[in-house]
Amino acid sequence: MKYAFFPGCVSQGGAPELYPAARMVCDRMGIELEEITGWTCTGAGVIQEKNQLFGDTLNARNFAKAEQMGLPIMTICSTCQGVMSQANHRMRNPEYLAEINSHLAEEGLEYSGDSEPKHLLWILIEDYGLDRLGALITRPLNELKIAPFYGCYIVRPTEALDIAEHPERQQSLEMLIQLLGATLVDFEGKTRCCGFPILTINQRNSMAMVGKHTSEVKDLGADAMVTPCPLCHLNLDGFQPKAASQARRSIDLPILHMPQLIGLAMGMSPNELGLKRHIVSTGPLEVKMRGR
Amino acid sequence: MDVTIRVKRQDPEAQDERRRPYWQEYPVTIADNATVLDALIQIREDDDGTLSLRCSCRSAICGSCAMRINGHAGLACKTIANTVVQNGVITVEPAGVMPVVKDLVVNFDMFWEKIEAVDPYLKHMGQEPEGEYIVSNDAMLHLSSVTACIMCGACVSDCTVLEVDPTFLGPAALAKAYRFTADPRDGDAEGVSMERLWGLSEPTGIWDCTRCNECVQACPKGVAPMDRIMAMREQAIQAGYDNNNGARHTDAFTESVGHSGRLDELRLPIKSVGMMNLPALMDYMPVAFRAMRRGKMPPIMHQNVENVEAVRRIFNRTQPEPASPQVSNNSPFG
Repeated sequence: MKYAFFPGCVSQGGAPELYPAARMVCDRMGIELEEITGWTCTGAGVIQEKNQLFGDTLNARNFAKAEQMGLPIMTICSTCQGVMSQANHRMRNPEYLAEINSHLAEEGLEYSGDSEPKHLLWILIEDYGLDRLGALITRPLNELKIAPFYGCYIVRPTEALDIAEHPERQQSLEMLIQLLGATLVDFEGKTRCCGFPILTINQRNSMAMVGKHTSEVKDLGADAMVTPCPLCHLNLDGFQPKAASQARRSIDLPILHMPQLIGLAMGMSPNELGLKRHIVSTGPLEVKMRGR
Repeated sequence: MDVTIRVKRQDPEAQDERRRPYWQEYPVTIADNATVLDALIQIREDDDGTLSLRCSCRSAICGSCAMRINGHAGLACKTIANTVVQNGVITVEPAGVMPVVKDLVVNFDMFWEKIEAVDPYLKHMGQEPEGEYIVSNDAMLHLSSVTACIMCGACVSDCTVLEVDPTFLGPAALAKAYRFTADPRDGDAEGVSMERLWGLSEPTGIWDCTRCNECVQACPKGVAPMDRIMAMREQAIQAGYDNNNGARHTDAFTESVGHSGRLDELRLPIKSVGMMNLPALMDYMPVAFRAMRRGKMPPIMHQNVENVEAVRRIFNRTQPEPASPQVSNNSPFG
């Protein structure tokens, strides 16, 4: 299996531990990743609110490059997934696609409109298969209680994400957590907003969202929360101390990137998976894993 | 079809434990094509007359029966029961955000206060036209998708911002505001609603939305409130109301990617709160310090993507108006 790899900005910026962890896990699964050269930001939904045409053209450029490589696209960022899917959805309109292609022509690129970018989470279930992944689990996480956190972009709007054709996408994280041997800690907030998009605009509300979700899960007895979105990770992990002080309580809930959780269940060490880089200490989780 | 309807009930005026929310299960046999509302009415008629709910038209027109079905807001009368049954159970709760009056009935006062707060009527600035207002078919067709709102409150129920901040104007009122900012008859002679856009750019307005898409998903009428909020952000920036964190964030983000191809994560928050906003910048220091200690800081020197010239050309080509600033080589994102 081989994919045109679209890592997204944050996996090499604010959450640099995600990129190597994802590569290690894919390597173990025998999934070959060839990074799209000169890929650009998807716009993250921010560019789209000012200039949708520019944002969508950037996405079409990435898709066209992957088409030249003859490979399907994999991303490891939920926000990128959502923005790519939404742009793709709009480009199903042939007139709009033609307009976008007119802006790509100068670089010698053309997008067919047929790309189907997929997050690693979806690839595991739809392309790779949970049975095959299960066979690589050498260190089941039986002692851990893990809560899922999807965030927004990988679950809404359902139309752009083809949820009707792939209903399992709405249960994918839960399926993964259970496959890895952990106990699922389900909670209503798993598909709500982490608050990251308004961090610099209304920090108080952003912190209230972080505090609400992390403390709810903590109080349900979870050892950690896992997310397929590095932007959610930035807020839920990086700003959790601030959210805790706003909420006037301690929280200390480790937040794991999805590939890190898979890596732990494959027997990789917390160090090589970059857990040391997290703001909220993953120490208690590691102690629990050692202690059985 | 045999199904169990699991209802979250509450009677805030009761003197016993029913004051607090509790779950009650009703096993019912319903027709295969029955709606969730049909099931609830059947329960109320045949099993338990104390179950309270609001409904009227049963045809997704009146907007009375919005509630949470399996955790997400929608109209009970528009939801076919057998499409939402999970392991033989359908979970029904009152709409979120608004206070519960009893069981599935919520108090809409805050909903209407927010609608009133956006002045939901045409405000033409300047000289009145001598005859009737002439509006193009296209403009009216565009507005018809927003005026399709039936005020059911499903979007408000599931809004992630209102959940933590009741002062936010919220999706229904902001969609209503767009119905006027996009109306050529509202505002000045060019149809620009300057006064509205100024007010909507203030805190509690358009920039407080998280873009979570919950309202788009919840709306039973395709109003897509979040998309309207995004359109108003563009209108506000174009009208010159760009001296706020939200507009600066959008501008800085777009410029960063337009110039280098990728996001400059280090400079974005600085540019969003404003370079000279020392208190806000100091506020970020502990977070930045913690990140630095863990080796999580984005690179100090932001790199351009390969063939960045092509990206800059696309940026320049896709600018909406010729008056828009072009990316220059002395951009601060150099």
